[in-house]
Amino acid sequence: MDQVFTISIFTENSIGLLNRITTIFTKRHLSIESLNTSESEVHGVYRFTIVVKTDEELVQKIVKQIEKQVEVIQAVYHIDEETVFQEIALYKVSTEKASENNLVERLIRDNNARILSMEQDFMIVEKTGHKEETEELLDFLRPYGILEFVRSGRVSVIKPSNELHERIINF
Amino acid sequence: MVAVLEKSTETKLRISGAEAVVRSLLAEEVDMIFGYPGGAVMPVYDALYGFQDQLKHVLTRHEQGAIHAAQGYARATGKVGVALATSGPGATNLITGIADAMIDSTPLVCITGQVGSHLLGSDAFQETDIISISMPVTKWNIQVTKPEELPEALARAFYIAKSGRPGPVLVDITKDAQFAEIDFNYRKCEQIRSYKPIPKLNLESVKKAAELINGSQKPFVLFGQGVILGKAEQEFKTFIEKAGIPSAWTLLGLSALPTDHPLNVGMLGMHGNYGPNRLTNECDVLIAVGMRFDDRVTGDLKRYAKQAKIIHLDIDPSEINKNVKVDVPVLGDCKESLSTLTSLINTNSHPEWLQQFHEHERIEQEQVIKPEMNPQSAELTMAETIQQINKVTNGEAILVTDVGQHQMVACRYTKFQKSKSNITSGGLGTMGFCLPAALGAKLGAPEREVVAVIGDGGFQMTIQELGTIFQTQAAVKIVVLNNNFLGMVRQWQQLFFDKRYSSTELMNPDFIKIAEGYGIKGKTISERKDLASSVKEMLEYDGSYLLEVCVGKEDNVFPMVPSGASVSEVRLS
Ligand SMILES: Cc1ncc(C[n+]2csc(CCOP(=O)(O)OP(=O)(O)O)c2C)c(N)n1
Repeated sequence: MDQVFTISIFTENSIGLLNRITTIFTKRHLSIESLNTSESEVHGVYRFTIVVKTDEELVQKIVKQIEKQVEVIQAVYHIDEETVFQEIALYKVSTEKASENNLVERLIRDNNARILSMEQDFMIVEKTGHKEETEELLDFLRPYGILEFVRSGRVSVIKPSNELHERIINF
Repeated sequence: MVAVLEKSTETKLRISGAEAVVRSLLAEEVDMIFGYPGGAVMPVYDALYGFQDQLKHVLTRHEQGAIHAAQGYARATGKVGVALATSGPGATNLITGIADAMIDSTPLVCITGQVGSHLLGSDAFQETDIISISMPVTKWNIQVTKPEELPEALARAFYIAKSGRPGPVLVDITKDAQFAEIDFNYRKCEQIRSYKPIPKLNLESVKKAAELINGSQKPFVLFGQGVILGKAEQEFKTFIEKAGIPSAWTLLGLSALPTDHPLNVGMLGMHGNYGPNRLTNECDVLIAVGMRFDDRVTGDLKRYAKQAKIIHLDIDPSEINKNVKVDVPVLGDCKESLSTLTSLINTNSHPEWLQQFHEHERIEQEQVIKPEMNPQSAELTMAETIQQINKVTNGEAILVTDVGQHQMVACRYTKFQKSKSNITSGGLGTMGFCLPAALGAKLGAPEREVVAVIGDGGFQMTIQELGTIFQTQAAVKIVVLNNNFLGMVRQWQQLFFDKRYSSTELMNPDFIKIAEGYGIKGKTISERKDLASSVKEMLEYDGSYLLEVCVGKEDNVFPMVPSGASVSEVRLS
């Protein structure tokens, strides 16, 4: 049964490694839902967060094939319940209709979003949350005129992660 | 203090990046490499010129020839094979061999020249992004743009290629990095922090495996190339002998156990033997050693050994549960895991179970082997040719095969006494592999007889390497089993496509004349009366020799597990 899995990969910083990792998904004809990379809590160790929708058997195989790469220190996968995760979304909204009343501002407040910048013709709104939440706000804002919308890849930390941290710092 | 300083200046060597490549190879005890020159790798070639007495460069006729020769060399010697090529087309011509080495776990270091670093990404002449192209088919690769990074990159390359589960690596070096000078200082790589080539053996799982084996009535061992790569032939033999387990080989496991060993029950898979295929679905414990349950071995997975408990010994964690769900995985170097396992199992024998293999063998003898060995038809068969070769070589030769019917027949019938004696393209099934691989094997193991058995189709894929055989005077014995067809494809067309022989018939040239053009002695035969004497003549001849054997045009290879069928459905006709 298909399910959402978050794959966390800890690696050395080396040119082309992203390419090497993504070929493993390409080989299996599997699309990547989202991807994020940044330096981890350990200096020089990078963390990839990849979200896929597939069955557990396949994700297991993929994770092992990722972990086998020379410059990969560790790769693990989790289901949503085992992680805390967020995505950040930015919305560029036309102010033409929005300025007619203060409904928009209320919408933004009620959705725990905030206005980052207010310009003559548009404003930039930021919301952090799960995909459904940023999606929902997008739907709310649509009638006012969305000029641009962008959402980041998922970042995620693992709830029972002490052991993992130990392994990363002591590898 | 002064003394130390003096010493360090003494060992300091100021040389070009290109020379650093050559000296790095020497530091890794490489004495032979295979390659083809071109613009972006010329500095390395220039450096090689000064080291000809220490490092032999074999100039092939095509980069594909170079890489397959390096593979043959690696498989025959157990050492790392090295291939050298220029940028662009030189590098891309290596790809088939790299992919082949990846899937067959052959240790290779490929070195490619690259355009100058200031030109990278500009679509310069003969620029190709070989790093991206080779990524999915290399164990590791790296582009070097700074000469001072060269020694470490090469040290890592050798370490990665040969450690753990071996594989091909590629080092791409820009031309400016080859020209620039560095202070050369080489240190072999002994570890990489993110890389754990050998998983630690878990004693608990070995114990579980031993329990299963000790309680088993019908244990069955499948062994692959892991036994050879792990240099564990002796440990393997001791293991199966102590527990008395019938053992069957994959195409790449062949020669790890002598053919006439009483527990060697034959070949697995699509064109494997009758007993090993059928009895896979009757054993109670299946012990896989250094093999990867390739689909050509397993047939339909839904009907594969479902009745059995499965133990899998492998060095690569990603192989566990990849194709077949395993009950007891034993991760580790099989030299260690096998000896530990042996110490925990009971001395045993399974005569009735072994007898079942013999009964299947008798059926196969009657229905397939005898008719192939003593054919009624006037035409020669592939099987009787191999039989004649066996008579002269006594199982001492290295057999190199290409891909197709002749490969299956040669692997089924050739007798082996020694390990590392079977060289073939297993996982990728690369036609054109044989001739250059045989050349590499002969150059790597000149003391051994090397017999290349090739189909008339595959021979013409890398026939130009006759030129390299000519130039190196490598005494490769070449047997072309000529059926005037792309035989294996024709067989499928006959069996599964209503005999519609679409583009499989070949109009062949005069192979003997071609050989003669390259200064290689040759002979063609089509009659039984000439077979024994011609095979003998070829093998006794001092130098390379091409024997073309014209065989039945529409002969088929059996047994056969049709693709998608279960191993139980193996057909004898
Ligand atoms: C490079 C490559 N192209 C195509 C194939 C598909 N193929 C597999 S066997 C075969 C026929 C081989 O014919 P030949 O070399 O004459 O050997 P035979 O089967 O007749 O012994 C072909 C075309 C392949 N394995 N490799």
